[in-house]
Amino acid sequence: MAKSTRQGYAGVAVAVPVTVPYVRYSTHGAHWFVGQVIAEMLRQSGIAKEQIDGLCVSSFSLAPDTAVGLTQHLGLCPRWLDHLPLGGASGVVAVRRAARAIQAGDAEVVACVAGDTNHVDSFRASLGSFSLFARDATYPYGSGGPNAMFAFITAHYMRTYGARREDFGRICVAQRENALATPYAMFRKALTQEDYMAARVIAEPIHLFDCVMPCAGAEGVLVMSEARARDLGLPYARLLAATERHNAYREDPIMLRGGWAMDRDELYGQAGVKPDAIDLVQFYDDYPVIVMMQYEDLGFCAKGEGPAFVQSHDLTRAGSLPTNTSGGQLSAGQAGAAGGYIGLTETVRQLSGQAAGRAVADAQLGLVSGFGMVTYDRCLCTGALILARAN
Amino acid sequence: MSLPMQRPRRKNPLLRTRAPTLPPWGRSRVALGLTAAAAVGRFELQQCADCGAVQYPPREACHVCLSARLQWKPQSGAGMLLSETTLHHSNDLFFRERLPWRLGLVRLDSGPTLMVHLPDCTPAAPAAVRVDARLDRAGQAVLLGLPLKEIEHMNDDRVLREMHCDPKFRKVLVTDGKTALGQALVKSLAAAGADLIWVGHAEPWKKLPGFADLSALPQVTLVPLDLSSAKSVAELAGEVAGKVDIVINNAEVHRTHGIATRRGVDAARAEMDINYFGLLRLAQEFGPALKGRGADGAASAVAWVNLLSIYALSNYPPHGTYSASKAAALSLAQCLRAEMRGAGIRVVNVFPGPIDDDWNQLLPPPKLAPAALAQAIVKALRDGVEDLYPGDVAQEWLARWRDNPKVLERELAAGEG
Repeated sequence: MAKSTRQGYAGVAVAVPVTVPYVRYSTHGAHWFVGQVIAEMLRQSGIAKEQIDGLCVSSFSLAPDTAVGLTQHLGLCPRWLDHLPLGGASGVVAVRRAARAIQAGDAEVVACVAGDTNHVDSFRASLGSFSLFARDATYPYGSGGPNAMFAFITAHYMRTYGARREDFGRICVAQRENALATPYAMFRKALTQEDYMAARVIAEPIHLFDCVMPCAGAEGVLVMSEARARDLGLPYARLLAATERHNAYREDPIMLRGGWAMDRDELYGQAGVKPDAIDLVQFYDDYPVIVMMQYEDLGFCAKGEGPAFVQSHDLTRAGSLPTNTSGGQLSAGQAGAAGGYIGLTETVRQLSGQAAGRAVADAQLGLVSGFGMVTYDRCLCTGALILARAN
Repeated sequence: MSLPMQRPRRKNPLLRTRAPTLPPWGRSRVALGLTAAAAVGRFELQQCADCGAVQYPPREACHVCLSARLQWKPQSGAGMLLSETTLHHSNDLFFRERLPWRLGLVRLDSGPTLMVHLPDCTPAAPAAVRVDARLDRAGQAVLLGLPLKEIEHMNDDRVLREMHCDPKFRKVLVTDGKTALGQALVKSLAAAGADLIWVGHAEPWKKLPGFADLSALPQVTLVPLDLSSAKSVAELAGEVAGKVDIVINNAEVHRTHGIATRRGVDAARAEMDINYFGLLRLAQEFGPALKGRGADGAASAVAWVNLLSIYALSNYPPHGTYSASKAAALSLAQCLRAEMRGAGIRVVNVFPGPIDDDWNQLLPPPKLAPAALAQAIVKALRDGVEDLYPGDVAQEWLARWRDNPKVLERELAAGEG
């Protein structure tokens, strides 16, 4: 049987990007953060709460509640509800599925939200129960979070393709440059290549500025039809293409590529563009090696050419391929599952005239990727969206 | 080769003794299969009975064919160290106190990718290595990436020393030096580099062969110790409990009676008084002291060895009351293991078949030579196992017991020991 052709995403708008400013620690619960996102969405859009008939929530710190508990907590009555425990792939996957709900008429306005709180000890306390495999096969080895696993992946990538720390430094330094104009970024102090190279080692070859800072915060967007967005007078970005993939390349003994490579032809095919048409990218950036892999896996260069690519491109907003234009998680911080939305909200802002003070000139097309859930030795979820400026 | 460990410096009495911490001990029920194998010194992974695929991390369904028939099978451990890192930061208290700490990612020749601890003596990635499972200080199995061949002084490695209970540079109490086994233990411990060996002896008027020779060993101090006397145990504990790193409780009373072959309970009571209550007295006096020193430097308190018997698993009617006392001791040893766990002190239970001594005179061979048993116990400490079934008889009984305990009971009742 021939593989069925996926329908396109025509007519879907992504609008009202909201960010609840990040803080290192909060005494609020995750419910507070999600509630603030939705309140801000209503404020900015003028939509009544009753008109939100779809809800998709991602959060690590919502327990014992899930999305359905939030409906009562926030007084919502959606007819379409999803809870996505996909971490860094949450935003991409949420928009992809919400778009289908819009296209099918299952919902008219879907609020896609991710938010997490961060108490002083909650990051450490969450590590041991992150997944069954983590509890049995990584947590007992002492690194706590994902640092050791990404150190393996980074060291292996460096040996295989000749990447140097300096190459990863170019990514981190450019993102910090981008973050200087982002009001909610946790780190808004300039970072030089010298600072990067001199940072203390965390898990060789990963050093301090290769790591994200866990924090509290929330992000969200509204997904609706383009017609609805126009009626409401909302600036929006059009959804051109979307993919998700889970547990890709499980035969690889150590991660050297992500599931994006498996689906990229379909992604660009849906959008009807080639990678060189993309004006800006928001790559999931839990560690710079993953950013480097995405230039390869999403078709901006061949496998193994990531180091040369970052050497020959300016990754800042003014550069040849603006990357993570808000500073990404490496500079803004990782607000739990909201880390899977940071590139999404930023791209919508960039493509709908809402990136005040940090707009990428003439940006028409943006690519957002997601990467989530290190349950054992790699992130299992990958996904990507291509968004376009609505003209 | 790696450099031999240097004798730990004397403790600075002004500094606080660190409280013991443990590596993360939480495991799913299915993952405890790894621990169950490592407890007896084996490296086993789940293997699919239908398609043969080796599984890791442990799981409930085959990742290839979805079969639920996953069986724990011994593994060669041959694999390739693909990548490595050295942690300089950890959120975990145990590892935070032991940084830097080397970790690796190994692909086994049989398929799965494993996260492993890496001793310093393991070559740098990429390299062929051998994976083995060990118990860590929490008593849970962890995987180690080891050099293909044993290296001189390998057990001195800092990472391995966090796993095993090697007597080298440690201070040991052997509770009974009068038996052939006790004397063999003292000699094996001295040969293994034990720092000090306190050797207990009850009933000083009994001059038994070999005992006097022990005091010629420079490490040995003979101490009066009668496990049937709470006062005697408390007195010795007052003197040495705060210094003992390893307790080896080999004191036992062994008579050869069932129920009908002897009237009254005096012999059975004497067995229980040493084999069960003796362990209880010893554990109450020495246990807390060991627990306080579970992280006391490179030669911390580390292990508690109980001489049980394979008859603890299932009663051997000709030695019925002895079997019962050893079954009681096994049960108490499990309690002791649970209570010592929090301090990282490993309780090692030894289940020998008949030892070649006076009380097993009428049993046919094979019987365990005391020297062989002593060496097996020291090896168990060096390897870090917690359940030891030394000798052919013990191994055979264990296999029969694991296969079907009820069948073994019937066989023993019918005289088919």
